[in-house]
Amino acid sequence: MTRYLVRKLITLIVLLFLVSITVFSVLFVLPGDPAEIILGMNATPETLANLRAELGLDRSFIVQYANWIGSLLTGRGSMSINYDVPVYDLILSRLAVTGPLAIFAICFAVVISLPLGIYAARHQNQPGDVIVMFFTQLGLATPEFWLGILLILLFAVKWGLFSAGGFPGWSVSFWGSAKALLLPSFALGVIRASILTRLTRSSMLEVLREDYVRTAWAKGLRERTVVYVHALKNALIPVVTILGLQMGQLMAGAIIIENVYYLPGLGRLVFQAIGQRDLPVVREIVLFMAAAVIFVNFIVDLTYAVLDPRVRLT
Amino acid sequence: MSEKLLEIDNLSVCFHLPEGVARAVDRLSLNIAKGETLGLVGESGCGKSVTSMSIMGLIASPPGRIESGRILFQGKNLLELNRENLRRIRGKEISMIFQEPMTSLNPVISIGRQVAEPLMIHKGLSKSEAFDEATGWLEHVKIPAAGKQLKDYPYQLSGGMLQRVMIAMAMVCRPKLLIADEPTTALDVTIQAQILALMSGLKEELGMSLLLITHDFGVIAQMATQVLVMYAGQIVEEASVTRIFDRPFHPYTQGLLKSIPQAGGRAKGRVKRLREIAGTVPALTEVIVGCKFADRCPYTFDLCRQQQPTLDRIQNGHRARCWLHEHPERGRGNV
Ligand SMILES: Nc1ncnc2c1ncn2[C@@H]1O[C@H](COP(=O)(O)OP(=O)(O)O)[C@@H](O)[C@H]1O
Ligand SMILES: [Mg+2]
Repeated sequence: MTRYLVRKLITLIVLLFLVSITVFSVLFVLPGDPAEIILGMNATPETLANLRAELGLDRSFIVQYANWIGSLLTGRGSMSINYDVPVYDLILSRLAVTGPLAIFAICFAVVISLPLGIYAARHQNQPGDVIVMFFTQLGLATPEFWLGILLILLFAVKWGLFSAGGFPGWSVSFWGSAKALLLPSFALGVIRASILTRLTRSSMLEVLREDYVRTAWAKGLRERTVVYVHALKNALIPVVTILGLQMGQLMAGAIIIENVYYLPGLGRLVFQAIGQRDLPVVREIVLFMAAAVIFVNFIVDLTYAVLDPRVRLT
Repeated sequence: MSEKLLEIDNLSVCFHLPEGVARAVDRLSLNIAKGETLGLVGESGCGKSVTSMSIMGLIASPPGRIESGRILFQGKNLLELNRENLRRIRGKEISMIFQEPMTSLNPVISIGRQVAEPLMIHKGLSKSEAFDEATGWLEHVKIPAAGKQLKDYPYQLSGGMLQRVMIAMAMVCRPKLLIADEPTTALDVTIQAQILALMSGLKEELGMSLLLITHDFGVIAQMATQVLVMYAGQIVEEASVTRIFDRPFHPYTQGLLKSIPQAGGRAKGRVKRLREIAGTVPALTEVIVGCKFADRCPYTFDLCRQQQPTLDRIQNGHRARCWLHEHPERGRGNV
């Protein structure tokens, strides 16, 4: 277990390093001089050079990268060009929207998909299974932004149950904020739920045919013990893998959905920052999102260890 | 005969498949007395496992269906019990061990928990009581350092050790009947002998009955008192173990016996599978008018293709399903 943990931790650190290098180099070679953006078109070459020196832009790639990482680890990171506040603060305030949005979406997907998948597997090819499979197919085929707009049309415009977008802020209205995240997290969760339902079903179907499940029945165990302990513990292993892999797509989906619902989250921030050429913001948010995905996959690896003794003990 | 423990009467099991209805077990009857070991032999695919799974009430339905018959266990018809009552018999009164110990234990649940489970569910023992008793049983089946192995997982043990664990798990509730479906087929020859010895010992000790399913006459010779030979879902011969080796009647039984390596020979490795009879088992979806073995039998004559033979008495306790019984002259000269 310790060896496994250490190995996974090392992987985590190496991955973070590689991602930071990649993010930094991509934005480094991209055209667009931050000094020019800050000072505008009419700046004299002299002031430009001064600002470059001040920002460290005249240094070599390595030094600039090292400075950046150093500022991330010790201080408050870079300053946003556009908002003139540390990017850290921006990320933190926007995370208060995107974090709950992503967590709601994942929780919704898991809570829906596990029971549905197990049910469908237990009733393979029966009407219930066919209906579940139909809806997951529908869920898979529905783009997030389209579903988002449809939900707004129905629940906000037609029935007036929800507001059509926007976010009051947690300190202003807790319930209002939670309510504002409900439709977008549903829109974001439906695809995830569909994928996970189908995966749970097929994984469960496979496991239910295994010899050890036959043994479990032959021992006279109750149905719920056979299904929810002996079978599910094995069937969850591939489901957890895919759940981890979904995180990246969830981040991408969040950017779109936040724009559909006018939510002041990370996705909207990065979207606007790209338009405004606010490179430090773009860089740090991309790094942050990648780090979040890597971290969630680290958690997934730990979950494996809990589920599978072959991982835990070797 | 002593008291009957299990009595199967006219059991038919069909599988409804896209390619037709497969009659896996066809009007099968058998008896197991208290303390008896009944051997059920036959090539692979002839319905042995389906028979045993019917006793356990574990035929997958669909596609399987029990079309007719009764399975009386201590006088109660298992086929009429509701699911809950049947569940209380499984693992408690009737236990089962399987061919592949490597895949028959749950890879993500500890050995100790798997062995203790039947005690918790059937005897209502607490977790610690059940684990204590499980340790005792693991010692009993000669698993070294049993107390330590409780926390181990199946991948950490060898096939032979896992089969011992399976046996311990089947024994914890002291069942009256143990069904062993090819318990040694997947194991090395030396391990095979140890597992068989272990099973005989436990059978004597607990006074239980044993339904031993195998395709290996070597195993039958060592373990069984009574033998049933099965072909394409039907019983084709029934006799005591001495009689079956001395005077096999059915050409199929004779073929099976000829195909085993000579006893005492220097056969290394596993006893060969019984595949040496020319031809293969007919598709179970096929409707066969006459004897199901006719296509492979060296003695086949016109009657065999017209009418199915019945299971006739050859001698006391010896029955066979073969027209040669009524037409002994057809059995001579050939082969
Ligand atoms: N789950 C199943 N689905 C369809 N057919 C089955 C199933 N189980 C068994 N059968 C049929 O029953 C026949 C007998 O199988 P089985 O009892 O396993 O043979 P064996 O004597 O080797 O144990 C097989 O040839 C197959 O056609
Ligand atoms: Mg079998």
